[in-house]
Amino acid sequence: MSKRVLIYTRFNRFWHWSQAVLVILLGVTGFEVHGTFSLFGFQRAVTLHNWLAGAFGVLVAFAIFWHFTTDQWRHYTPTRRHLREMVHYYLRGIFQGEHHPFKKTELSKLNPLQRLTYLSLNLLIFPIQGLLGLAYFYYDDLAAQGFLRDGVGGVAQIHTVGAFALLAFLIAHMYLTTTGETLTSNLKAMLTGWETISAKAVPVPPKPSSPETRAG
Amino acid sequence: MGYPETRTNNARVCKPGFRLLLALILAPPAGLEAEHSSNPTLPRKQSTANHERFAALKTEFKSGPEVTTACLSCHTEAAKQMMQTTHWTWRARAGGDTTGTNHWIGKGAGVVNNYCLAVDSNEPRCTSCHAGYGWKDKRFDFTNEQNVDCLVCHDTTGTYHKFPTDAGHPNNVAKEWPKGSGKMVAPPDLGEVARHVGRTSRATCGGCHFFGGGSEGVKHGVLDASLVKPERAVDVHMNASGANFSCTECHTTVNHQIAGRYYDHAGYEKREFVMRGVPQSALGCESCHGNAPHRHQAKLNDHTDKVACQTCHIPLLARAKPTKMWWDWSQAGRLDAAGKPLVEKARVSSDTAASSDGAPEVVVYDGMKGSFIWAWKAVPEYAWFNNHLRQMVQGDRIDDTLSGAQTGATHGESDRLDLSKPVVRINELEGGYHDPQARIWPVKIHRGIQPYDPVNKLLIVPKLFPSGTNADRAYWKSYQWPQAIEAGMRYAGLPYSGRYGWIQTMMYWPLPHMVVPKEQSLECADCHRPAGSRLAGLGGFYLPARDRNRVLDWSGWLASLGTLGAVVVHGGLRFYCWRKRGKA
Repeated sequence: MSKRVLIYTRFNRFWHWSQAVLVILLGVTGFEVHGTFSLFGFQRAVTLHNWLAGAFGVLVAFAIFWHFTTDQWRHYTPTRRHLREMVHYYLRGIFQGEHHPFKKTELSKLNPLQRLTYLSLNLLIFPIQGLLGLAYFYYDDLAAQGFLRDGVGGVAQIHTVGAFALLAFLIAHMYLTTTGETLTSNLKAMLTGWETISAKAVPVPPKPSSPETRAG
Repeated sequence: MGYPETRTNNARVCKPGFRLLLALILAPPAGLEAEHSSNPTLPRKQSTANHERFAALKTEFKSGPEVTTACLSCHTEAAKQMMQTTHWTWRARAGGDTTGTNHWIGKGAGVVNNYCLAVDSNEPRCTSCHAGYGWKDKRFDFTNEQNVDCLVCHDTTGTYHKFPTDAGHPNNVAKEWPKGSGKMVAPPDLGEVARHVGRTSRATCGGCHFFGGGSEGVKHGVLDASLVKPERAVDVHMNASGANFSCTECHTTVNHQIAGRYYDHAGYEKREFVMRGVPQSALGCESCHGNAPHRHQAKLNDHTDKVACQTCHIPLLARAKPTKMWWDWSQAGRLDAAGKPLVEKARVSSDTAASSDGAPEVVVYDGMKGSFIWAWKAVPEYAWFNNHLRQMVQGDRIDDTLSGAQTGATHGESDRLDLSKPVVRINELEGGYHDPQARIWPVKIHRGIQPYDPVNKLLIVPKLFPSGTNADRAYWKSYQWPQAIEAGMRYAGLPYSGRYGWIQTMMYWPLPHMVVPKEQSLECADCHRPAGSRLAGLGGFYLPARDRNRVLDWSGWLASLGTLGAVVVHGGLRFYCWRKRGKA
């Protein structure tokens, strides 16, 4: 038996998709600033990139607020439980027609691999990109204070590393949306919020606040 | 009551955030016009003295010094002031000289260049641009007040001129110039000029400074006679129908001392606002514009710590008249059958001009001087510069053992420099990325070939101009280098081995004039681009879009492509297995 569950609330979807648009546009304008190609023209690319980054900052502020007020941050709690099953599924099961081992619920919507990936995005890549972006933007003020005496190169290059990491993530992320119940079920869920949950999938990991998780 | 205030208010009204954002993104920078206030124009300055009514001037003058005597009868301190200035002395203490060893710098102290080479032994020709009368050789009396030429700077009639070969004197009878041309130059009416003196002007300053190096525009690349009455497009400050600045608007002048860079003496040190009335020159752009002059493009202000205003706002060299980029003295000496020096002319080429139709004609060969390459509307070169310039003087030893490539010499767009041979830097700009006083400046680099003594390792001071007791030995008389060199070096008091050779030289000319209207200034991508950046030649710092870490970029693309490959393989396998299962 299958049932339909509201996995992604309205703000969750808004946040996801506006973040997606911003990250893609930041990537496009950022790589133009990097000199990879010419699309908007350097000056416009810089202006756009800065405004997009500002918008991203505003979005992040709302998202942080939302995560903490709704307890959604708990979805990112890393766990090793069933990590093995997930890896097994992506490496073997998926080819043999097995069902996705993870059953999304409104209480636990991220599988263990997603938890690790998104946690590192949120705690590592985005903060690094944000801070380095700020350092890049305010480079002159930092230089006036005696920092970054050798120029903006180091900041720019690490910012570029972050951009490449996000690019690789984006590629993998878009592909992995096709690994749901059907090719498009994950995408539909992120668009509508609703997902049809297969009864066969195991409900893992369990409720984040359960003692079991905290122990392990 | 003041002047009626008629300020036009086109200040931007506050718009909703997203529209402002759109406007900032979509509007081209030229669209971001600053507000203009139409303040009332002040009346024209008028002197309280009408020199036509001065008894001392109601006479016929037979010579320049006679006029000066009349001037000084009222302006008792003028000559004393004038004599303290480099326009008179043609020299100053070398900036770095703390040893007190009488180290001087200036054309009157043996400065050599790669245009007309040196002053010594050629005075009567060179000193036609000295603000004095009669500096024809070393015996010139620098203390005689009558030798000061007031008129050359204070003429307002535009009719005063010094004769080009008479040591700063105007001709008092009609004389032929150029020699052999059959054109006669009438003597100026000194009385008429004296009765119409006034403030200096672009025309009087330009009388010498627009013609440095032998003819119009030759030397600086941003100074030529188009600045006498320039359009806005030629110079936004001097725009005759606009701000109409005179030279002294920036080259602040007090007691005849004119602010400006003089060889190793910086024109100004502090880049900051100068309040009207304080005893400080307003030479730098920042004196009026400050350090954050871009109102609507704040990011541009972030450049002012490393990029001189001139770099973006003086985008081209020789925008009005052509300038010399290459001067090869070793080619001089070709004469026609009658023994007259050959002259060849050609239209100058330009990379940036829309068509070469209107390109001016320039002298590309002159038997007296050698061969030339000119530039017109050309892209300048760029260099770090902290306003201090090191300058060679005659007698400074040169190094002819290292090749130009070994000493980091570079080609320009218009020269025949051979980097496998030595290149002497006659001057050098100080500064670099880590020098907080240095900025990236647009520069003209004048390259050439000139004579040197390979034994004593000295640049040659040749006697070019036929004057004095050994006039026959001058190159422009005999067309024999050995005797011209021997005569010049002896006059200069320099050792000469009797052997001479030719050596390549280069000289930097920072470009501070002919500021274009803002819509013609450089755009970000002129420098911020991976290929063809204007700053391609300036290394040692990271410039966004121009620079990248190749290892990092390759790793990044490999990682991204690797991810793409992995998902393609994974997806392909899924598809394959799915079909297999379907058939099974």
